[in-house]
Amino acid sequence: MNSFFLILVVIGLSVAGYAVGRARSVFAAAGDVRILHSLPSYYGMFVALGCGLPAILLLAIWLIIQPQIVDHMVMSGLDPSIMPQNADAYSLMLTDIRNLSSGNATSREASPAIVAATERYLALQSIGFWSMVVGVVCIAMLGLAWARSQISRNFRARNAVEKIIRALLIVCSMIAILTTVGIVLSLIFESIRFFARVPFFDFLFGIHWSPQTAIRAEQVGASGSFGAVPLFAGTMLITLIAMLVAGPIGLLSAIYMAEYANPKFRGIAKPMLEVLAGIPTVVYGFFAALTVAPMIRGWGEGVGLDVSSESALAAGLVMGIMIIPFVSSLSDDVINSVPQSLRDGSYGLGATKSETIRHVIIPAALPGIVGAFLLAVSRAIGETMIVVMAAGLASNLTANPFEAVTTVTVQIVTLLVGDQEFDSAKTLAAFALGLVLFFVTLGLNVVALRVVRKYREKYD
Amino acid sequence: MTDAIMNSKPSTEIRRPTLTGERLKKRYAAERRFRLYGLGSILTAGLILVFLVGSITGTGYTAFLQTYIKLNISFDAEFLDPAGTGDVAQLASADYGGMVKKNLRDNFPEVTSRRDKRKLYNFVSPNAGFDLRTMVIDDPSLVGQSLDLWIKASDDIDMLTKGYVDRTLEESNRRVSDTELVWYDKLDSNDHIEARINTDFFLKADSREPEEAGILGAVTGSLLTLVITLLLSFPIGVMAAIYLEEFAPKNKWTDLIEVNINNLAAVPSIVFGLLGLAMFLNFFGFPRSAPLVGGMVLALMTLPTIIIAARSALKAVPPSIREAALGLGASPLQVVTHHVLPLAMPGILTGTIIGMAQALGETAPLLMIGMIAFIVDVPGGFTDPATVLPVQIYLWADSPERAFVERTSAAIMVLLAFLIFMNILAVMLRKKFERRW
Repeated sequence: MNSFFLILVVIGLSVAGYAVGRARSVFAAAGDVRILHSLPSYYGMFVALGCGLPAILLLAIWLIIQPQIVDHMVMSGLDPSIMPQNADAYSLMLTDIRNLSSGNATSREASPAIVAATERYLALQSIGFWSMVVGVVCIAMLGLAWARSQISRNFRARNAVEKIIRALLIVCSMIAILTTVGIVLSLIFESIRFFARVPFFDFLFGIHWSPQTAIRAEQVGASGSFGAVPLFAGTMLITLIAMLVAGPIGLLSAIYMAEYANPKFRGIAKPMLEVLAGIPTVVYGFFAALTVAPMIRGWGEGVGLDVSSESALAAGLVMGIMIIPFVSSLSDDVINSVPQSLRDGSYGLGATKSETIRHVIIPAALPGIVGAFLLAVSRAIGETMIVVMAAGLASNLTANPFEAVTTVTVQIVTLLVGDQEFDSAKTLAAFALGLVLFFVTLGLNVVALRVVRKYREKYD
Repeated sequence: MTDAIMNSKPSTEIRRPTLTGERLKKRYAAERRFRLYGLGSILTAGLILVFLVGSITGTGYTAFLQTYIKLNISFDAEFLDPAGTGDVAQLASADYGGMVKKNLRDNFPEVTSRRDKRKLYNFVSPNAGFDLRTMVIDDPSLVGQSLDLWIKASDDIDMLTKGYVDRTLEESNRRVSDTELVWYDKLDSNDHIEARINTDFFLKADSREPEEAGILGAVTGSLLTLVITLLLSFPIGVMAAIYLEEFAPKNKWTDLIEVNINNLAAVPSIVFGLLGLAMFLNFFGFPRSAPLVGGMVLALMTLPTIIIAARSALKAVPPSIREAALGLGASPLQVVTHHVLPLAMPGILTGTIIGMAQALGETAPLLMIGMIAFIVDVPGGFTDPATVLPVQIYLWADSPERAFVERTSAAIMVLLAFLIFMNILAVMLRKKFERRW
């Protein structure tokens, strides 16, 4: 028996509630449903909602709160002699107890006190679970009984149900805002903790990145320095290479498809570009690391260049391929929305097609194209898997595309994948990088959307 | 200004365009060049796509085959069941690895030195013993018999069969030594080497041994994750879209929600991973590596896609339908649930399938919430540790063995097959139910 089963039970009770409510309303009308205010199914739905909604709500709150309470009770019930002194020891002991209780190996030999705490933990967990089952089922039954008692001939069930559903609709549309708030809050909180250890300006303007913090106090060369400029530079280098690939190819493809291609060719070329957009980034990453990087290295050796096997060029080229469809489909849209009268005017003056495109259409579509490019840049900056698989790990402040550079996203992944203690500056640095990434992409998107929208209004 | 006008020459002479063939030729040439640039860039994109898919299928198709070696295996009673009890527990705990080694020695009596023996043991998969164990437990009467069986080869021999080992290299530079090549050729000339369909690739979960590694665990993990994603994002997305499109008053608050959704659609996926790590794992204490949390993160990520698709599908339903229903006395909610929503459903479903396809291919946010662990078991529930297909591809791509390269490509082929299937489904749905008003 677990929480999923409990959800099924609640759903079952709601279905039963529907039947009960419906039957009750028919009974209240003495069989003649025309004298009811609403259709019988609305009475059923009212009872089902009255039964299921509070129960599911209670279940969700309980599932979120119970672990915290159990943890606290177990830790405060420990013998004072082994009570951990600082936060790190506290979380380590808690992890040990949790691991023991799920039957996993622990970081060290379990002392009798820990074993006792584990037993207490398990006992509390099962008490919590069963009281949750009882509580949820009770609430569901109470809700059912209350909703049923409301039903009478004149009860406005439809209005009540519609009010509840409308409230649910509003709650659902708020989730987008909640997500943004959640992102901003979680990034900002962790970043504040990071900036308490590493000064803000050292992070933003420092040119040395080596996030290894010392395990022992006297360890050599592991003081940890968090100057993020090499990461920003690496990200920009790879983005620049990507845009040099995607910009011309994407824009020229869009022009060809919008102005020259016949419908048949368009019907093949457009889906093909969409396929390029649909390929998962991990596939591009594999392609970059396994095929493109060795190829570039081989060519470099052929002409006597020293190319790193994790060169920025390989990652940038493949990322460029990935964002071709973004540039082309957005540019295609804006070129298509340039009014035909501008083209006709230009042809009437004797311009050829390419002259019309270069001197009339592109200038007219320029804001939209700029918007498309900005969106593509923001996509490239936030792209993760290609650079994780094909770009380097060591920070390197260089503008040479044949050398390995590292990027913001690569560092976030490296800092957070694998074993981690949640309080070290190393882990928190990832959130500070995430914060920068979020605001930079957000800024680019806002500007791009504004540029595109402003432009569209002009011809609509 | 006035000076400039005064100083400029009075333009008595009108500049006429030179309408000679020379200039026209130039302009037409420029026209043709420009056209070629456009065509060339589309063709470049197409060629890259062909090259990408081609290089992946080219390295990946061999992973669907696996080399087997025919060996004479005697199920020695002394080895398996010295007491002669026929007890299944006794049979299960016997040393099958040792039995395989002994049989290898019997098949190659000429091998005597310790080093050569070790090379010989490396011919078959380290897990061959387990397969034999299963055989014996299923049929205890095998004990004491001697059979010609096809035994799964190790990854090095598998690579040799598939032609990935360059025999012309120096011995020290290749994974298979000269002595092993001699034995291999002897087996091969007797038709004792065979490549068969690699069913284990589809039926097993991850393993450190390439010949034992399969994608079933990752596919199951992906499926569980997508179920959670769908259950969360579809109802929430559709309900949010209904509110925004049908009920929301046009005010600042609605504008804010709209801007928010558009921006969320463009937030890098890894940021959603950070949100999952900080919120779901560290704050709420949900289990790490679980499809439940992965599904929740991906649901937040696909939500904007679904909302935007659902809104445009709802918008496409003509207002006359709403007015007719309202005129017949339906309440606003009845108008939506009875008329508008059913008519918009094909469009909403198409958008949802495309959103799910995106979620299926997503890797980065799942790395953040720990779905990158090495997991040998097929996950059985939403809170079991699991990995997903793209993360499996990432893990295998990092493995040094040559045999994992082809398996990575094969896993990519499977992933692409799923994506193509989902997209074709979306296109068909759109074609079948698309309605022009």
